[in-house]
Amino acid sequence: MKDTDIKRLLYTHLLCIFSIILSICIPSFFLENFSILETHLTWLCICSVFVTAVNLVLYLIVKPNASSKRSSISYKVTRFLKCCIYFLMSCFFFHVIFVLYGAPLIELVLETFLFAVILSTFTTVPCLCLLGPNIKAWLRVFSRNGVTSIWENSLQITTISSFIGTWLGAFPIPLDWERPWQIYLFIHERHTERQRHRQREKHRREPDVGLDR
Amino acid sequence: MIPSNSASVASAALLGELLRRRRQMAMGRRQMAMGRGALGPLCPARAYLWCPCAGVAAALPGAVQGEPGSPRSCSHSVLLSPLSGRDPYPAARSLACQVPKPGCPGEGQAATRGSRAVGRVGPGEAQPPLDPASGLCCAGRMQKISVLLFLAWVSFLFYAGIALFTSGFLLTRLELTNHSSCHEPPGPGSLPWGSKGKPGACWMASRFSRLVLVLVDALRFDFAQPQPSHGPGEPPVSLPFLGKLNSLQRILEIQPHHARLYQSKADPPTTTMQRLKALTTGSLPTFIDAGSNFASYAIVEDNLIKQLTNAGRHVVFMGDDTWKDLFPGAFSQAFFFPSFNVRDLHTVDNGILEHLYPTMDGGEWDVLIAHFLGVDHCGHKYGPHHPEMAKKLSQMDQVIQGLVERLENDTLLVVIGDHGMTITGDHGGDSDLEISAALFLYSPKALFPRVPPKEPEIVPQISLVPTLALLLGLPIPFGNIGEVMAELFAEAEDSQPHSSALAQASALHLNAQQVSRFLHTYSAAAQNLQVKELHQLQNLFSKASADYQRLLQSPQGAEAALQTVITELQQFLRGVRAMCIESWARFSLGRMAGGAALLAAACFLCLLVSQWATYPGFHPLLLTPMACGLASTIVCAGLLATTGLKLDPVVLGAMAAVGSLLPFLWKAWAGWGSKRPLAALFPIPGPVLLFLLIRFAAFFSDSFVVAEARATPFLLGSLILLLVAQLHWEGKLLPPKLLTIPRLCFSASAGQPRHSGTHALGLGVGLLLCIRLAGLFHRCPEETPACHSSPWLSPLASMSFLLLHLLAAGIPITTPGPFTVPWQAVSAWALMATQTFYSLGHQPVFPAIHWHAAFVGFPEGHGSSTWLPALLVGANTFASHLLFAVGCPLLLLWPFLCESQGARKRWQPLGNEAEARVRPEEEEEPRMEMRLRDAPHHFNAALLQLGLKYLFVLGIQILACALAASILRRHLMVWKVFAPKFIFEAMGFIVSSVGLFLGIALVMRVDGAVSSWFRQLILAQQR
Repeated sequence: MKDTDIKRLLYTHLLCIFSIILSICIPSFFLENFSILETHLTWLCICSVFVTAVNLVLYLIVKPNASSKRSSISYKVTRFLKCCIYFLMSCFFFHVIFVLYGAPLIELVLETFLFAVILSTFTTVPCLCLLGPNIKAWLRVFSRNGVTSIWENSLQITTISSFIGTWLGAFPIPLDWERPWQIYLFIHERHTERQRHRQREKHRREPDVGLDR
Repeated sequence: MIPSNSASVASAALLGELLRRRRQMAMGRRQMAMGRGALGPLCPARAYLWCPCAGVAAALPGAVQGEPGSPRSCSHSVLLSPLSGRDPYPAARSLACQVPKPGCPGEGQAATRGSRAVGRVGPGEAQPPLDPASGLCCAGRMQKISVLLFLAWVSFLFYAGIALFTSGFLLTRLELTNHSSCHEPPGPGSLPWGSKGKPGACWMASRFSRLVLVLVDALRFDFAQPQPSHGPGEPPVSLPFLGKLNSLQRILEIQPHHARLYQSKADPPTTTMQRLKALTTGSLPTFIDAGSNFASYAIVEDNLIKQLTNAGRHVVFMGDDTWKDLFPGAFSQAFFFPSFNVRDLHTVDNGILEHLYPTMDGGEWDVLIAHFLGVDHCGHKYGPHHPEMAKKLSQMDQVIQGLVERLENDTLLVVIGDHGMTITGDHGGDSDLEISAALFLYSPKALFPRVPPKEPEIVPQISLVPTLALLLGLPIPFGNIGEVMAELFAEAEDSQPHSSALAQASALHLNAQQVSRFLHTYSAAAQNLQVKELHQLQNLFSKASADYQRLLQSPQGAEAALQTVITELQQFLRGVRAMCIESWARFSLGRMAGGAALLAAACFLCLLVSQWATYPGFHPLLLTPMACGLASTIVCAGLLATTGLKLDPVVLGAMAAVGSLLPFLWKAWAGWGSKRPLAALFPIPGPVLLFLLIRFAAFFSDSFVVAEARATPFLLGSLILLLVAQLHWEGKLLPPKLLTIPRLCFSASAGQPRHSGTHALGLGVGLLLCIRLAGLFHRCPEETPACHSSPWLSPLASMSFLLLHLLAAGIPITTPGPFTVPWQAVSAWALMATQTFYSLGHQPVFPAIHWHAAFVGFPEGHGSSTWLPALLVGANTFASHLLFAVGCPLLLLWPFLCESQGARKRWQPLGNEAEARVRPEEEEEPRMEMRLRDAPHHFNAALLQLGLKYLFVLGIQILACALAASILRRHLMVWKVFAPKFIFEAMGFIVSSVGLFLGIALVMRVDGAVSSWFRQLILAQQR
């Protein structure tokens, strides 16, 4: 039982990473001028959608907690709506946290919000898939001795490492990318620091998804 | 019943936190009156104190109601680990339970076997003191004094380290404000030959009435070299920067008597501002030119520009706007262009070219200065090996060409690079490529008697200053230590070799007189020149001067004698320069390393002792280092005195520190190291260690130092969120009903208070909000393009501070623990001090100091006193350090103060295990900080530990600053970022340590006053 679970876990994570890679490759066939550095906002949206979709599909296929006894349509619909609301709320919550952490309040609000969205994609969506819109269960999973299954364990590690990756992503911000005595890493001069910050955070977070097992 | 004790009144006024609640006092009195002594329920807010005697007392009422005369304070408190929630010392507790009644005879005895030491109590130790009251009093006072002395000693260790490091790192030069003037020759004797009777002549007759100074930033010497001719077999070497300044070479070939190319050697630091200072004052600018006005960069020393203005010459400037800061209002006409954007190659140069020729043709100038930046920026952007550099140099070539064509007969053209650049195009250090710059002189009339040598001569860069001054008929700037380029003073038209040599000698003599006058003045004002060498040089000068005077008396003297005088004068000038470089521009690596090592050792000591402070029997150890230190000072002073060396207070202090540190560490190692595992030496929890490491590492990056105002709130916010997350992880944040899994072990966390969980969450969010809001009050550091200082800055800064301070006090609520303050809280407190420093609108750079603070309350100024304005400015700048340091003991007291709320309701829903011993306490009043008073030994140990922890966190910062400054001493930004940061951090440390000492002394004083009052109450009760 445990071995099969671990195997399934491995495949789901591989699929997640694969979806991120796909989100880089595929849009270039459909969209003109698509590149991660220049149209980063588009890429953020696409990446978020891809990862959410893969998570949902995996949840439907694997069904790690097949405990749901009630299966009426209305129940499912309310559950789904609840999930959506939770997701939105977590986006706003993260946005507020970022602002509290020093992101500008008004300028670059779109970037900040998309950053919140992608962080929610990597943290809230798996939680919603695995635990459902059940705050108590979330709180339980993220406390000591609160984990009951290997899936929850994986969820715990993935989410926490996502947060840590986001946190680490802030460190390159103060480096001055415009000063002469720094190495010129970027060809694109006009990018603001904050935009770079977003990208950096994404780059940092991606490996974290794969880190967990 | 209530004695009007003056001490108690004073103490009540002194520390509101401790005495402000009357209820508390009433309770104390009631307890005294009941004759139960200080025996009470010991169940504090978040850590669980288990007192066997109290339990016994509660279970058997009246059992310990012994003699009313002896105050019984049983403090066999077992400190439960607040985070684990389990009793880590069951054995100790049971042992303590078995200790019979004599086990708690009095405070002093009980204290010595405090929390963790319960298990070690031997029956032999339990001897009742002979005279309880006086014995207690004396022991307590001794303990307090030893704790305070120890803190002072640790602070002294840090001070000694800082002083030693500073004396090696910050080589200071005194800026003299004296000025040379025309009417006042630099020395006795007649003004030299040729200066009399000519209009406009000052110390010497002017040879040129006009000057065009073209300063090409970073014009390295080899940029002016031609392409090397390669042999037939070799492949052609084509470097883009070679052979582009063709016009120089052409002029040198066509008019060898009119032009000369030199390799000028700049002194490090090879940064533009320092070079400009050197090129106008003729001195060696160091980082701190003491006496200068920190508020601006304006040069206060005597300089060429000032002499020109005084002489009424029209100085026109165009180019780099650094000159605007250095010489405010000195130019009759100026075209400044922004120098900040180093990626912009053309704005400055094109701006100059737009004005250069029209101005020159207009004729409204005597001195024209053009400072081109394109070459420097090109080096920074592309490096010298880039085609763009070739283009830029070709442009400069055209400029020189154009200027040469327009020059008139009375005009001198000087083309100079202020410094060179490395292969990557950077500069600032002292490598050969950086300090070698090109210097080209050209005059339409013949200037040099000989043709130029094959290899260009090497001259120090500052030689240009006296040379230009004398050529233009100006006094040499007072502080100049450069040597005139004698070659230029030989009369070219005059074929007589003798008069030519005499002219050179007179120029040199004037120069030497001026340098000697400067040396004399400087050595009278400052002590940092070597006396012995100074004496030698003065002797050399008087000899040369006497020789020169003799020659003047008998002009038919031999050619050889003249040459001797010239050589002697040159020797003197070079000797002076070498001596000044030695004492102004060299780091003393030994002192820097020693200072850093001392700081590191002091940090280590703080860590060790803060770990051991809670162990019993430790306090006698505290006083020994002082004796060792004194002894080693005396020995060291004696040694130095016998060997005849100069007594340096800094070295002496460092020796004392080392002398006291070494025996202490050795003793500590011998006494404790063998028994305890090494892992116990590092008690800092992982996350906090990580935070401290990040903070440590951040001091090594100039970007992070500049961005510290934003990085600190980030770290602080992370620390707070981490605290909240950790509380949740441990299951202490939210009520258990939310956690529905039955597997959760309830009994383990039964004793934990839960009422404060949501409170802590709210406080955390509030604190985050406040930190974010405080960020509104930042002030921009220099040279940060995308930054706008907040408009709220001046009026609202103080408000943010109050807000922060109020909420900051909330930190310890989430971090429990009487008798020990967790590292999280201490680190957060130190971070908060830094954050507040920035929120008050300060920056660790000198121009950002709020000078207007000196006039608060003194709108008319201060007259002649300097210490009062210095004190006011210091208080303004380091207010946050001082307040947070004085408030540091709050970290210890606060959890006790917050005990009262919910103290009663807390116990009701408890499980069965603790019920029996807890129930009788429900009726009790919360005892709050009286608990601290009950265990004076623990209280003192906790205060010592808190102080050491705070000193450790601050010490880590100052150590990081010192290390960064010494490792990166060749960094471009060392004088702009790292050194000011080090100075501010050192000042902040000193202020903080003094504040900490005062705060702890205050708390101890209040504690002593309250104790004596209680004692009197008991005595009154007895009668």
